[in-house]
Amino acid sequence: MAGTAVRGRLKPLTWQIATVADAVDETPRVRTIVLDVPDWSGHRAGQHLDVRLTAEDGYRAEREYSIASAPGEPVAITVERLEDGEVSPYLTEELRAGDGIELRGPIGGYFVWDGEDAGPLLLVAGGSGVVPLRAMVRHRQRAGSDVPVRLLYSSRTLDDVIYREELDEVRDGIEVVYTLTRERPPGWTGYDRRVDADLLREVAWRAGDGARAFVCGPTSFVEAVAKGLVDLGYPPARVKTERFGATGS
Amino acid sequence: MSFISRGFRGRRRDAGDPGRVPPGQYVTEDFPVLSAGPTPHTPLDEWTFSVVDGDERTTWTWEELRALPSETVTADIHCVTRWSKLDSTWEGVSVDTLLEAAEADSPYVLAFCDGGYTANLPTEDVTGGKAWVAFGYDGEPLDPEHGGPARLLVPHLYFWKSAKWVRGLALREDDEPGFWETYGYHIYGDPWREQRYAGD
Repeated sequence: MAGTAVRGRLKPLTWQIATVADAVDETPRVRTIVLDVPDWSGHRAGQHLDVRLTAEDGYRAEREYSIASAPGEPVAITVERLEDGEVSPYLTEELRAGDGIELRGPIGGYFVWDGEDAGPLLLVAGGSGVVPLRAMVRHRQRAGSDVPVRLLYSSRTLDDVIYREELDEVRDGIEVVYTLTRERPPGWTGYDRRVDADLLREVAWRAGDGARAFVCGPTSFVEAVAKGLVDLGYPPARVKTERFGATGS
Repeated sequence: MSFISRGFRGRRRDAGDPGRVPPGQYVTEDFPVLSAGPTPHTPLDEWTFSVVDGDERTTWTWEELRALPSETVTADIHCVTRWSKLDSTWEGVSVDTLLEAAEADSPYVLAFCDGGYTANLPTEDVTGGKAWVAFGYDGEPLDPEHGGPARLLVPHLYFWKSAKWVRGLALREDDEPGFWETYGYHIYGDPWREQRYAGD
């Protein structure tokens, strides 16, 4: 990976004031915020942006959030409320359509999928780790790509599944496989346990087919899945990870 | 007049001592993990650390590195993803010790690591008691997910410069961008100047 040319912008990313176009509750704890950004250079699936909140006395808090929308779509972020958080409660409870919000982006050039890879795509999400992977699924649909995509998505309960209606409707080479780790509805036929080596062996593309994996979720989840994929024969360079700690808010 | 976020007050519980917490950061008691791929696991009997100067290579085995004088370092660390951790305690060998033994002299170094990661640093930022090859954290061996068996520790720069799973330093005449620097992060990464991304 060393020696690759510097990619992307060289001019600084400047803060700008976007307007909230819409706020959509995905689950009781998760909200998607659609943004009208005046000066947006365009983004790639998997990138993130910085949000900066400023109180009346000048106090500030900054966080970064994955972009939930595909390239070419209006910029959107999907935020999970953390009970002891500082920024996520504001974004999920206070912010509403018409409000301004300061942001800059897009940021990040490694955990991205541009759609040109020929090999099948494995997306493995834990909880709100699904957000950047959803941008990849949408990009796959919008770009008319025929790369086979499989999304393995681990949630605590069915009510915690983000983008459920949308993911239930994907087809044409995109599959979504759920596992619910804490509680299942009556008659649940999907997986019912944490993602482990056996589950990965059943769901993941064979390593030899040029498969590429993106894994996003809490640290312990990502550690287990990334190790499991390497054990299945995935070259480490084809397993890209993004993690969030328990403290991000 | 700068922009005000309607209805935002902030919790401020984590605002911390402004003399110790750089702008845009918040204090955490946890130790979050950020890395781009699977955690490498190189067995200690295969592990080496090298200082590479063109064709010349000075190499230490794990046991040889551990036999060098080590220091206990207490430092505040600052991740570009905005968490800061105060008073973290490390054990490691000073980079001064390694570069002096290798008689190294170059304006820049490129740390190289298992997994293909690299991080570029000016030599003056890794000498003079400012950087270590750390193998202990909080009195224990450094966990693999935090960069064990050994990572670079350069606490005065954003923590991605403290490259995990470090295996050596390559001496450079130019400030060649490393892994994250290639993907849009700042070439130097001073948290006090909020040098998060290229151009900041």
